[in-house]
Amino acid sequence: MTNQILAAPAPGAGLQWTELIVFGVLFLLVTVLGFFAAKWKTGASLDHLDEWGLGGRKFGSWITWFLLGGDLYTAYTFVAVPALVFGAGAIGFYALPYTILVYPIVLLPALRMWSVSRVRGFVTPADFVRARFGSPTLALLIAITGIVATMPYIALQLVGLESVLRTMGLNGSGIVGHLPLLIAFVILAVYTYQSGLRAPALIAFVKDILIYLVILAAIIYLPAKLGGWSHIFDQAAAKLATPNPATGKPAGSIVLGSNNQLQYITLALGSALALFLYPHSLTSVLASRGRSVIKRNMVALPAYSFLLGLLALLGYVAISAGVKPITNAATGKPDTNTVIPVLFDLQFPAWFAGIAFAAIGIGALVPAAIMSIAAANLWTRNIYKEYLKKDATPKQEAKQAKLASLIVKFGAVAFILFIDPQFSIDLQLIGGVLILQTLPAVAISLYTRWFHRWGLIAGWIVGMGWGLIMLYGIGNPANGKKHFGGSALPLGDLSILGWHPFSGSLLQIYPGFVALIANIVVGVVVTVIARRMKVFNGTDDTNPEDYHADEHDKDLRAIGVH
Amino acid sequence: MTGFQFSPWNLLLLVPLLILVTPLFNFDKPRLFGMPFFYWFQLAFVVVGVVCVGVVYVMTKKVGVASGPDRLSVDDLDEGNVK
Repeated sequence: MTNQILAAPAPGAGLQWTELIVFGVLFLLVTVLGFFAAKWKTGASLDHLDEWGLGGRKFGSWITWFLLGGDLYTAYTFVAVPALVFGAGAIGFYALPYTILVYPIVLLPALRMWSVSRVRGFVTPADFVRARFGSPTLALLIAITGIVATMPYIALQLVGLESVLRTMGLNGSGIVGHLPLLIAFVILAVYTYQSGLRAPALIAFVKDILIYLVILAAIIYLPAKLGGWSHIFDQAAAKLATPNPATGKPAGSIVLGSNNQLQYITLALGSALALFLYPHSLTSVLASRGRSVIKRNMVALPAYSFLLGLLALLGYVAISAGVKPITNAATGKPDTNTVIPVLFDLQFPAWFAGIAFAAIGIGALVPAAIMSIAAANLWTRNIYKEYLKKDATPKQEAKQAKLASLIVKFGAVAFILFIDPQFSIDLQLIGGVLILQTLPAVAISLYTRWFHRWGLIAGWIVGMGWGLIMLYGIGNPANGKKHFGGSALPLGDLSILGWHPFSGSLLQIYPGFVALIANIVVGVVVTVIARRMKVFNGTDDTNPEDYHADEHDKDLRAIGVH
Repeated sequence: MTGFQFSPWNLLLLVPLLILVTPLFNFDKPRLFGMPFFYWFQLAFVVVGVVCVGVVYVMTKKVGVASGPDRLSVDDLDEGNVK
């Protein structure tokens, strides 16, 4: 073991030419595809959000599977989930129950959302809320939540991309250290600008095939090489049980302890509920051709969950292989997100490591493109057209969205260049809690207009506020952070205006879930009051039959007409 | 087709929620291929999720197809675009 590590050049130290060449060739391939995508399955014109922002709303089962797979299972997921298992053990495996749960939960509401959006021409979740409650204000809140939650998520894709670039030796300091990342992102920005959603849809094919190849190889080859799963788990258990010098407590364990089971459950359920509230997930759903495409995908997407579960186990493999995270030359801190790239670099031949890095790198581009499109759609439909230029034509909308997608991407790059990447990770954690607060307005109102719009607004404010306060109060003694230290809130610290209902309890819970419960309770109370006082609840622009429309219905709205 | 449509098959979608009951599987032993129960049980549960959603998909395909008398005219059928 030790000899092997000494024999190979230290990851992140010098340029790894073979890896760089393989990576470069594959990157070039997707760049060509990205530009070619503009001509792929084209509609009348790309100057319409239906076309640029939703790929013409005509993707079939296969394309949607690759697109959603590329969208939901991002490079950051592939890097961060094993890194979490590497650092904390069993709790990091929550990603698996999360992705098992999400499809049965989301299936029925997603179908209703697709139908009503298809009939009414909605492009964003905020479009739906606006029509459902006749409330641009509520729609604005939903749009802002979506944009704020998506921005750091894009920045995190850059973190994933940069972790492989640094492992291949492009580990410079200062602005020069970020240059490779900047170049990759300029290319991505240009072809997304030109091709819209078709670019990530086409590139996703390459990304997913590479990812499957790499992970299946890793999961078969590495355990055999390192002495089998049994040995790997035993070594990991021993390592995780070693007390951390900073806290005096063990880092984790390979099964859940007595205090983090509730955290595991609420984190999995909360994340599952949040996933399809993210605007980029909905973008891929709305881009599909019909209801049967979505249904088939909800059956077939767990193939990726299986992959993610196996990948999470590579965190233990990395412990067993004695992986040490690379120190990021730009921040001077060890970056745990490099454990998987380092593992591949040490254990695989250079050409295969190059393929693996390309898979992660391209895996960053696909979701980054979709997320920037989704954020641009929100900006255009719910802020620009609503408040700045009410009479915008579809062509002007498309132009505005293209520009917004550029701004969003460079905003994300600026995050990485000028702010500690840790800040993006904190923000993404916050983003998950925030986006969950749109559940009553976006998901529950697909079924009922029982909630009053003022109830939804009040619930949103309380959920947001309390969620942020709880996250702010969580410290992490292991790395000395006082605020935003993680997503595990000890129930004993739970405070309702100074009252501690679970005082002394060490059980941990996901704060986003607590905030959602508060959100719904406040929403119900304000709704009851508003109804008593007979406050006007806006007009509903949707009809009950809209929620069942399908692709072959007669009189369906034409796509992309001006 | 209006309002809220419900098929009893949809109740199958509740079965995957069992994965939230951690005391069911939070054990190291028995191991499979050296993998603790905690991990291989959850990996195997992916299949349960797929089967539940798959059955709901297949069994609710027919829902929404008009059950009343067929009022399509011969001309409509001739168009070849009627499902």
